[in-house]
Amino acid sequence: MAIDITQFHETFFEESFEGLDIMESGLLNLDIGAADNDTVNSIFRAAHSIKGGSATFGFTEVAEFTHGMETLLDEMRDGSRDVTQTSVDTLLQSVDCLREMLAASRDKTPIDTERAAVLKGELEAILASGTNGSTSESTHQEPATPSSDTSASHEGWMIKFKPHHDMLRTGNDPVRMFRELGDLGELSVVVDISQLPVLDDLDPEESYLSWELTLKSDVEIEKVKEIFEWVEDECDFDISEIKSEVPEVDQAAGDNVTESVAEKEPASSTQIKPVAVKPAAGTKTSASTDSASIRVSIDKVDALINMVGELVITQSMIGQLDCDFDDFDNSRMEKLRDGLTLLERNTRELQESVMRIRMLPISFAFNRFPRMVHDLCQKLDKKIELKTTGEQTELDKTVMEKIGDPLVHLVRNSIDHGIEMPEERLAANKPESGTIELNAFHKGGNIIIEIKDDGAGFNKDRIKEKAIERELIASDEHLSDDKIYDLIFQPGFSTAEQLSDISGRGVGMDVVKRNIRELGGSIDVTSEEGNGTTFTIRLPLTLAILDGQLVCVGDEIYITPLVSIVESLQIKEEFVNNIAGQTELYKVREDYIPIVRMHDMFGIDVERKGLEGGLLVVVEGDGKKAGLLVDELLGQQQVVIKSLETNYKRVDGVSGATILGDGTVALILDVDGLIDLSRNPPTPGNKPDNLAREVA
Amino acid sequence: MSTAQQIDTNSSVDVMTDTDQYLTFILAGEEYGVDILRVQEIKGWDSVTPIPNTPDYIKGVINLRGTIVPIIDLRHRFSLDEIPYGATTVVIVLKVNNENGKRTMGIVVDAVSDVYNVAAEEMKPPPDFGAISIDYVKGLATVEDKMVIVLEIDKLLNSGVMDSTESLLQ
Repeated sequence: MAIDITQFHETFFEESFEGLDIMESGLLNLDIGAADNDTVNSIFRAAHSIKGGSATFGFTEVAEFTHGMETLLDEMRDGSRDVTQTSVDTLLQSVDCLREMLAASRDKTPIDTERAAVLKGELEAILASGTNGSTSESTHQEPATPSSDTSASHEGWMIKFKPHHDMLRTGNDPVRMFRELGDLGELSVVVDISQLPVLDDLDPEESYLSWELTLKSDVEIEKVKEIFEWVEDECDFDISEIKSEVPEVDQAAGDNVTESVAEKEPASSTQIKPVAVKPAAGTKTSASTDSASIRVSIDKVDALINMVGELVITQSMIGQLDCDFDDFDNSRMEKLRDGLTLLERNTRELQESVMRIRMLPISFAFNRFPRMVHDLCQKLDKKIELKTTGEQTELDKTVMEKIGDPLVHLVRNSIDHGIEMPEERLAANKPESGTIELNAFHKGGNIIIEIKDDGAGFNKDRIKEKAIERELIASDEHLSDDKIYDLIFQPGFSTAEQLSDISGRGVGMDVVKRNIRELGGSIDVTSEEGNGTTFTIRLPLTLAILDGQLVCVGDEIYITPLVSIVESLQIKEEFVNNIAGQTELYKVREDYIPIVRMHDMFGIDVERKGLEGGLLVVVEGDGKKAGLLVDELLGQQQVVIKSLETNYKRVDGVSGATILGDGTVALILDVDGLIDLSRNPPTPGNKPDNLAREVA
Repeated sequence: MSTAQQIDTNSSVDVMTDTDQYLTFILAGEEYGVDILRVQEIKGWDSVTPIPNTPDYIKGVINLRGTIVPIIDLRHRFSLDEIPYGATTVVIVLKVNNENGKRTMGIVVDAVSDVYNVAAEEMKPPPDFGAISIDYVKGLATVEDKMVIVLEIDKLLNSGVMDSTESLLQ
């Protein structure tokens, strides 16, 4: 019957972390003073299930810690306690602490018991500080039970437990419950077998026994009751307190001396033991924690199953066409064509459904911001309201993971530098509290994320000054606004007057830009001095599929990512200019862009050597434009990106490969890489076969 | 029937103990061998997609059921004269180990030949000959009075091909 309970740990942690997220967002939404009952309830439920789960899985420290939070929340829930800023803050900190404890349990690393004990003390202090309303007497007693009562006379609990005949059939095992009780303290059990029938009449599935249990422990009655929670309806159950006239010293209650904060000492000291054991038991590496999993809504799975069902039907439909081609008449031809059309549709839908599984609503990335804004506002004494829209916009999981940090950075910047102090805002005729908007939406096959603040905006002159100081631009250079704003993405650029630990070190914006570029996206910024700044991040829907333009160079087909193409044009000799007889420039309206001859770059032989008749695909990468000289433009299509590196290595100017409809491989051009490559061309001709040289 | 099975079991026992099986192929009239456990499949020559700016012996990449597999011309690799690819020209798809894990690569050879059992003690260390570095040769085996050059494919296919990867990754 030994079930390996550890197999459920992963799920427990996942659910607990979700629960913590719920608690956190709930707490942030709580209106101080007038708490919405639903919200409190949902926070309470989350805390309750974490407590239950952690107790079941033997994470006692977590369970005990959560219990304190639960008690406080319970009082808030039944209205016997007002929701105050202090209690919300303590609860928020407890959520953090709990998250760390859970993470530590998951990674089998020691739990920071000190912090837990401190927070626990704070919770206790809040609990002890009394409640409002008539119920105060009774509710006060609950948390106080382990403290004041124990110190005086409480010795333990006397439990009379008589299961109904059919209790065992519901899968409840008294032995397990006793074992749990045994964990709470010194337990003595007396069994009453008077009801036991003779062996012949005994039904092995019925329960005839009843027990009298004496638990010597200072645990709260709640804890004891909790063990019997599941069988409440299936047994006669009575619990009474044993009080001893003389407080005994050898009881665990020995350390309960002073005020309520210190009273949790016994609990935390008992915590230390399992913690010390844990690392030894957990020598198994925690590598498995990285195994990524996603929760997929059942709708998506159902859609997928439907799709597969249709695919099977279509397949059998085509299969039914007798493949005897000798008498293949028109009507069958028709059917075959229909079948293929259907098949095509099914495949496309199937592809879309599968891709959708990887998609998560962007709220996963947005969720952390309310907390961040809350914390930073407190720290900086600013008033900021966070508005999010489009949380349901879906984004590929990989993209989501990688966009998190850049977003955090941008929001931080907005809070720290963007939004002014309340008094400054009032002086500038703006509402006291600033607003940061996070918007996500679809636009033309891309996801757009906007981070918009109504703060001070960029000071263009300051940016320019800084840039000149850092010799990024010449002092007399005239720059358009866009160019000025682009400067902030330069490495080491910061206009913050003083550094803070929140942001302003100038590490970051360049990293932000690089991270977004790595995802195949782009970032733009617009700003209006005095009215705020907007960052616009454009991301591809998914990393696995790319919209590409097929181009022909000689006999080879290459794929140019559609996002980097600005325009394509036919070459006219009169617009071609030469610099020093080497670099060819092409005049596109008022711009001169360098021509990259793909044939030379990739060493492909073509008959036509001149430019006349060729096509120029104007691409933009890394802020630089270039014209790729190709022979022909073929169609546009979505291609599935395959890595070259899996079996080979990175190749300059190529970002990957894909498989075309006819099964051949086509290479995907890396526009940034190509532009770099064209500046530092590879040694002419292919690298010689160096084998002979190695031998010699 | 039963004898055939007998032999089969015998040979598999041999494999277990001290002999290895090698797939041999022909390259410019010589017979070369590779560890058969490394062979994933043998397929006919088909057109490849060339990769720009790579050594000549890398013919290009093919689509092997959805994975991109580089193809190396072994004649080129050994600086032998090129011959036009014919009916017997095949691609042997091999699993190659290197520090970064397993890779799949294909080699183009003139023709496949046979499968031999070679006992470890039958393998002679290669003399220091000039043509190709002895690093790439595991040993020389004599099978039915013929010499088979057993190749060290990990070293052979990683050198030159992967060296440049390392430098790129720096």
